[in-house]
Amino acid sequence: MRQKKDVQQGTLALMVLKTLDVLGPLHGYGIARRIEQISGDLLSVNQGTLYPLMLRLEQEGAIASEWGPSESNRRARFYSLTRVGRKLLEAEKRDWEQTAAIIARFLEAKAEDLG
Amino acid sequence: MRSLHRFFARLLNFVTRRRDDERLREEMKSHLASQTEDYLRSGMTPEEAYRQARLKFGAMEAIREDYRAEEALPLMESLLLDVRYALRVLRTSPTFTIVALATLMLGIGANVVVFGVLNEVLLHPLEVRDPQSLYQVRHKQWMVGRLLTTSYPTFEDLQRRNTTFSGMAGMYGYSGAKLLWRNSVRKVSGYEVTGNYFDVLGVQPEVGRFFHEADEHGPNSAPFVVLSNALWRSTFHADSGVVGTTVELDKHPFTVIGVASAQFHGTEKFRWPDYWIPMMNEQQLENYDYLHSRTYINVTVLGRLKPGVTPQQATENLNAITAELAKEYPETDDGEPLRLIHPGLIGDEGDVIRGFLYSVSLLALLVLAAACANLATLFAARAADRSRELALRVALGSSRRRLVRQLLTEALVVSLLGGAAGLASAYLLLGVLNRSSAFDGSMTVSLDLRVYFVGLALTLVSALLFGLAPARQAWQSSPMQAMKGGQAESKNLHRFTLRDLLLGVQIAICTLLVTASLVAIRGMIQALHTPLGIHPEGAMLAYMDLSSTEQADSTVPENASIHDATLEKEKAVLEAARNIPGVTAVGMINQTPMTGGLHGVPIFRPGTTEFKLKNSALAPYVFSMSPGYLDTAGTRLLRGRDASWHDTTDTPHVAIVNETFARKMWDRTPAIGQRFLLRGQLTEVVGVAEDGKYHDLTESPQPVVYLPQSQSDGGEMIFVVRSERTPKEMTAALQQRLSNIAPNAPIKVLSWSDQLAGELLPARAATVALGVMGLLAAMLAVTGIFGMAAYNVSRRKKEFGIRMALGARKAQVINAAVGRPMVLLGVGSVLGLLAGISASRLLGQIVYQANPKNPAVVGGVVFTMALLGLVASAVPARRALAVDPSELMREE
Repeated sequence: MRQKKDVQQGTLALMVLKTLDVLGPLHGYGIARRIEQISGDLLSVNQGTLYPLMLRLEQEGAIASEWGPSESNRRARFYSLTRVGRKLLEAEKRDWEQTAAIIARFLEAKAEDLG
Repeated sequence: MRSLHRFFARLLNFVTRRRDDERLREEMKSHLASQTEDYLRSGMTPEEAYRQARLKFGAMEAIREDYRAEEALPLMESLLLDVRYALRVLRTSPTFTIVALATLMLGIGANVVVFGVLNEVLLHPLEVRDPQSLYQVRHKQWMVGRLLTTSYPTFEDLQRRNTTFSGMAGMYGYSGAKLLWRNSVRKVSGYEVTGNYFDVLGVQPEVGRFFHEADEHGPNSAPFVVLSNALWRSTFHADSGVVGTTVELDKHPFTVIGVASAQFHGTEKFRWPDYWIPMMNEQQLENYDYLHSRTYINVTVLGRLKPGVTPQQATENLNAITAELAKEYPETDDGEPLRLIHPGLIGDEGDVIRGFLYSVSLLALLVLAAACANLATLFAARAADRSRELALRVALGSSRRRLVRQLLTEALVVSLLGGAAGLASAYLLLGVLNRSSAFDGSMTVSLDLRVYFVGLALTLVSALLFGLAPARQAWQSSPMQAMKGGQAESKNLHRFTLRDLLLGVQIAICTLLVTASLVAIRGMIQALHTPLGIHPEGAMLAYMDLSSTEQADSTVPENASIHDATLEKEKAVLEAARNIPGVTAVGMINQTPMTGGLHGVPIFRPGTTEFKLKNSALAPYVFSMSPGYLDTAGTRLLRGRDASWHDTTDTPHVAIVNETFARKMWDRTPAIGQRFLLRGQLTEVVGVAEDGKYHDLTESPQPVVYLPQSQSDGGEMIFVVRSERTPKEMTAALQQRLSNIAPNAPIKVLSWSDQLAGELLPARAATVALGVMGLLAAMLAVTGIFGMAAYNVSRRKKEFGIRMALGARKAQVINAAVGRPMVLLGVGSVLGLLAGISASRLLGQIVYQANPKNPAVVGGVVFTMALLGLVASAVPARRALAVDPSELMREE
């Protein structure tokens, strides 16, 4: 069994936004698969949890959705990034990079740096 | 911003109850189908592919729950659920619900009405610019019912010499005139004000303009009138074209130059003027010149402080001027120190009014507190009865927090419903009071935002007060105990519980309120039996305006002859009235007692040369009357003679005085034949009449002088007619006879009792208010005691059955059943009575002759409380005695 990691909601939201930013309008299954692919299958989620999350993002106005035909001609709901969502993504990205940089520096610190 | 967006989206979903279950289901279906397809492509069997897809998707139900929680507002939804559950619970016990709702409705309704009045009278600022810096100048000595402070020349000196006021205006608030417009005459009352009045107050007209200082050029130079909004609407049909037209006030032409806004009613809350005219033109309405005499104390001084000046500094400044004036005009200015108050409540009456309103508010709050204590006991008892249900819910996994929330929601629902009912009834009651003009003058009480807010706050606070008791119980409930059979409480029988405390408090408050209402009722009875010095029963009053029948063509008559002509007409009226069959006595007087507005007139001992206020011997009320008035009014003449038509301007001035006057002036020496100086006339006492009440019921014995109308110009007279016939017959007869004499004069006839009933209205209103509160309190006490005793009996039925089976005596059972409520009743009553006695000062502000220490009152309270206890505990005690042991034993 691959080790599954709990994904923080915020991180997941960021992933959803980034996916939509890169790939354009996409349906729920598509988003779930991309996230799984990019995270190298290391990060597998209960895919269903995406839906409450996306509802929330939609209510916040970060994404919009509409019905459309999928590749296999099935009716699916397509999500796309809005202007608000793009701004949100930028802000989240900056935050995340900052946090990551700080943590990285911290982890590389040696005894003499902290001394 | 984003969360706001989200909140609105959710709120919209909540309100429209839109559920996108369909959308989620479809998305899930589509998701699973795609996943299954992928797995199939990777070579799985169809069953395996579908199973894996579902596994990967996760727990469908949990996701659906999450989705729904995101969709709307779960907290609101569970609240809605709680409310619905609460309503269901309340519906299952309608008696309880109705009692609770009625209790709250009365409690909150009473508070809203009282606060509404308080808000209108005390909290609303005057509709002028910056009301905080506007002051009224008064004498340092406390004075009842007088707005007047200085003479006009003194006012001018104050205005000119002060350095602390940015503006100072004068007004005379007792102006009255007959307004003639388009051939119809109307009696109106208003203010005579200085030219700068409107500018000092800083108010704007609704139509036209106000007059200013620049409009005046000496006496009678500014025949302008400003109409009040109400007069403009009622008499002038709100016609803006009236500005610029001329109306007649007491036969003098005045040009209407403007109309005040609907919010501005002058500076007195209880005396709204119909018009304002420049004080410069006062002589046209008053028929005498007060602008040039320092002896007419007619002017009320209003002043606006300069920015940064404290009232203290201004007072010192004014007093320095007053001292100067006393030196310059020792004859007239007595140099009495001045002080500043905020205008609005008839001068110093403000203290009385404030005291009354605050005291009544306090009592109303006490009623609500008692109601809450009552409801708390009821709710606690109910929660105890539901302890099994609650325990079951805890056992089934409901959190205690959830239970407490449920119980609080129930309390909140009850209180909101009760509060809404209370507000509605207060609204209706105030509407009725406004229409019946129960409030003095033209004041109307409207419910504004502040009143609604207070109503809501009271509702919520009371919900907390009576909702927390059962909630506390639920919090402590132990499922184990309750499930075992719920007799856990019998251990605590001898402990003093929260419920006991609540009942005790409630009874104490109720006793206090019962005391208050008994004091009020006793005071009212006493007031009604106070010797008034008159016998209004069987007497009629006729108001008749004889001056308007004056011939227009009479060529400039001298004052005296007008007086004579009027006197002749009055004599004719008296004669006509006397000739009506059934009439036993007739008379007339310039003002009947207890109609307000009396001022003491200074009198001096013979030989006084300096007519300063300081040197005056007394300041009696002065009436003008005809011969026969005293007899007609039922005022006994104790010694000497009545006035006579032979007392004329050519004979020595005479007067009839009352006992208080005689005693204060000459003590034991016989008063007949004594003399005093009144309005510069040496007047001889020819008769002594009995004492009475003149200004109001609460006054101390006042000195009074009656002058013959034939020797003094009393102005318009009121005719008093005593007869053996009914008021209705007399009204018709008088109307008919009198209109024969003066065909064009308006005539108003009413019985003297009716007129006095109107005067006694405030006292009656106070008594009714306190009586209602006392009744409410008594009802609360009964339900409280009854509830507790009945509950006690129902809980301990089994125990009583066993006791009786073992041979307990009836007295013992009764003691066990209602003993504790009785003890509480005793303790609570004593505390309440003590509180009532120590609150006599508070009660004194509300009712006439408040004396809670009176044995009749104390006895009445004790009797009432005992009776209430008996009534409330009779049924539970009977129920306890009726317990049939054998039946009970079989029950479980």
